[in-house]
Amino acid sequence: MRVDAAKASPLAVAPGRRAVARFLANPTTLIGIILCTLVVLSAVLAPLIAPHDPIEQNVVEQLKPPTREFPLGTDYFGRDVLSRILWGGRISLIVSLSAIAGAILVGGAIGMISGYVGGLLDTVVMRVMDVLLSFPSLILGLIVVALLGPDLANLIVAIGLTAIAPFARIARAPVLALKERAFVEAGRALGFSHLRILFVHILPNIVSEVLVMGSLWMATAVRTEASLSFIGLGVKPPTPTWGGMMRDGFENILDAPWLSIFPGIAILLLMLGLNMVGDGLRDAADPKLRTE
Amino acid sequence: MKPLLEVEGLVKHFTVTRGFPRPVTTTIRAVDGVSFAVRRGEAYGLVGESGCGKSTVARAVLRLIEPDAGAVRFDGVDVRRARGEALARLRRRMQIIFQDPYSSLNPRRTIGQALIEPLRVHGIASGRAARDRAAALLDEVGMPASALDRYPHEFSGGQRQRIGIARALAVEPELLIADEPVSALDVSVQAQVLLLLRDLQRRRNLAFVFVSHDLGVVRWFCDRVAVMYLGRIVEEGSVDDVFAAPLHPYARMLRDASPVPDPSGRGALPRIVGEIPSAANPPAGCHFHPRCPEAGDACRAAYPPWRRRGERGAACVLV
Amino acid sequence: MIGFVVRRLLSAVPTLVAVLTLVFVIVRIVPGDPALVILGDQATPEAVAALRGRLGLDRPLHEQYVDFLLASLAGDFGTSLVTGRSIISEVAAVLPHTLDLTGAAMVIGTILGVPAGIWAALHRNRAIDVAARMLSLLGLSFPVFVSGIFLLLLFAVHWRVFPVIGNADLSDPADRLHKLILPAITLGLVMAAYITRVTRSAMLHVLSEDFIRTARAKGVPWQVVVWKHGLRNALIPVVTVVGLYVGILIGNSVLTEIVFNRPGLGKIIVGALNQRDYTMLQGLMVIYCFLIVVVNLLTDLAYGLIDPRVKHA
Repeated sequence: MRVDAAKASPLAVAPGRRAVARFLANPTTLIGIILCTLVVLSAVLAPLIAPHDPIEQNVVEQLKPPTREFPLGTDYFGRDVLSRILWGGRISLIVSLSAIAGAILVGGAIGMISGYVGGLLDTVVMRVMDVLLSFPSLILGLIVVALLGPDLANLIVAIGLTAIAPFARIARAPVLALKERAFVEAGRALGFSHLRILFVHILPNIVSEVLVMGSLWMATAVRTEASLSFIGLGVKPPTPTWGGMMRDGFENILDAPWLSIFPGIAILLLMLGLNMVGDGLRDAADPKLRTE
Repeated sequence: MKPLLEVEGLVKHFTVTRGFPRPVTTTIRAVDGVSFAVRRGEAYGLVGESGCGKSTVARAVLRLIEPDAGAVRFDGVDVRRARGEALARLRRRMQIIFQDPYSSLNPRRTIGQALIEPLRVHGIASGRAARDRAAALLDEVGMPASALDRYPHEFSGGQRQRIGIARALAVEPELLIADEPVSALDVSVQAQVLLLLRDLQRRRNLAFVFVSHDLGVVRWFCDRVAVMYLGRIVEEGSVDDVFAAPLHPYARMLRDASPVPDPSGRGALPRIVGEIPSAANPPAGCHFHPRCPEAGDACRAAYPPWRRRGERGAACVLV
Repeated sequence: MIGFVVRRLLSAVPTLVAVLTLVFVIVRIVPGDPALVILGDQATPEAVAALRGRLGLDRPLHEQYVDFLLASLAGDFGTSLVTGRSIISEVAAVLPHTLDLTGAAMVIGTILGVPAGIWAALHRNRAIDVAARMLSLLGLSFPVFVSGIFLLLLFAVHWRVFPVIGNADLSDPADRLHKLILPAITLGLVMAAYITRVTRSAMLHVLSEDFIRTARAKGVPWQVVVWKHGLRNALIPVVTVVGLYVGILIGNSVLTEIVFNRPGLGKIIVGALNQRDYTMLQGLMVIYCFLIVVVNLLTDLAYGLIDPRVKHA
């Protein structure tokens, strides 16, 4: 007894494709994408487009306002601000990307496993996560870097740590609902191991939520890195970082205001771009959450 | 002939403890001593209203929920004690199809992936051979092979249910537990899926445990039936016997409430008394006595013993 | 109601203990010997041993833990290694400045944020809403030290309206206010951005609920619907996010205090880090943890007051 060739309803476009369409239709999101691309490109191409060496000191030219030769001025050591901003972007991007990637992997795994296993393990783990969550990112990052010492790797670890608890939370929530779904029960009835169910069946269903969260947290990671650099706990000089440059600018605020303005704008542009993209992703992924 | 599935005294209680500082524990006796047997190739129905425990029985038999007490034997093998290899082998022989076709398939996997996965996990087939078998399974349930590369959302409820059946059949089970397999489908589609199930039963000599609240469907599909109320079986027998002349008052009430589409059978509407009490706090004595028109003192005092009448039986003092 | 309060208070205790344990663990995870770090490489082994004894580091770990727990719960947070004064007194000295700042920032944030959020929700997708969303997005994308420095540049350096260094004389209210305005605005704008977004989405969510439509269908005037039904329910998620606000406030106030050179908890923390004031750091973390637990508790209790469903859970 046959059924007609599977008649797919004309509206049955994959939910993923609809989301992508929504994402691209939002003007703010597009601006965000442009901003992010701009920053990423300029950071990646820094060795090619930077007019000067970012760490080469040139005391003769110190604290010069923007000129033809130094489009954004120079700092206390005569270093070109524009070149330092271009190179500094690398640090911001590397640190935030690595930290968030790490947090997704570790936090996501913790949340997924904790939610799936349930019971006492889940309760304990979530309490610990709650405690971690109650620390503001900056304070937690500050403490970790202060304890471990400021260098690139420790910075990544510190910022990653501040993001682990939120990702654990965001990975766990859908798992709680998913593990009651019939296809998970079917998997168990068919004799699939828990590991298989977790990674083959549950994981693909939470990936989109986690990634949306990831994009939103990139902005926070950038801000935390800049803040830590501003306090003096960032990557050590002479490596240029935007936060560090603002600290320099702050120390010379009466003599050379441009030293604070340009790195500040750079940070602002990157965070704006990331926030716009993150918002766009979140709105596109779940229309129910949309309050637009 | 030895039964394929034997269930004896199956018990499953759910306990909930809430409250602070003095916690209150509530025990929900979802399944409170259920026994039945299913023969090879037989369609055994399990009927009752919401909350009677029939779905819990279905899952406990498969150990999707671990029973608290009782014995489950499949072809003589102790299901509850099985572990590792033995459990995997048992899993192949008993399968389940679910009520909700919209959540029984992983939305992120293609049909092909869903069907091939059990074949690979149990070492039945892989690669090209697996794909061929998957196509054959689809054919058996009346779906085209082109479905292999599509996703669940491209199919209707009835089609998804067929796919779910195909997936269950992939491991070559001897017993199929059907938990309200057609309740979520449109009426016209229900008929198609039921016909498919019967067809499969005949062709593969499948035994069924058919869980449903729809008496009409059970009447058509099953050979024997058990009526459940608040975690226990209150009557059991062949479908003809139980529906033509129910012994237990609750079975009678159920039967009367499910109309037969026969205009000549006009009759007075049955009296439905009361609502199902909570499984956390069943009435003392016979669970049904508050709603039973024929309840007597014996019914209030103690739970009635099981009384046999040939191939049938019921838990009622009036038998 | 009393039962609810008591239950919440009692459940705060294990959280407090857990948090204190975390502090204990974190502080002792420092690789290397804290006494050595404090005294430096040139220190003699005797001096290091003596300091370890003073700090109680030579005692078995579980003894240290118990002492630490008991002391913290009793309110003794230790003494500063650098100044020798009790940490409580150090904190008390600067607390008014920090409270001024955070209090003013919350006020500014709420005054700006709540009406903006409500207004935006009521005029969804029109000019006001778009403007509110853009502005709050901007506010979120400005790290507080960037906006602080920009404001400083504009108002203190360029126009000389406000001072660059913000060490206020606590006894002179006018001076206090004068030094407060710029930093409070900086921090307040950040809070306003968050509050606007949360209020807007909470309000939108509530307005789309069925019971609102019922009220309107019954002919209740729109104003009453918004204020009586809508706002009350919308405030629930806003209040629950208060705990989140405290976190944001604290992190950002540290930066603000640095930028505006204000005395306060922020500067103490940074100072303790730079000077390796180990006990001060520990004590500050403990105080901070107490604060968080108390705030969460108050939020829970407030939640219980606003949302009658919670009390009976």
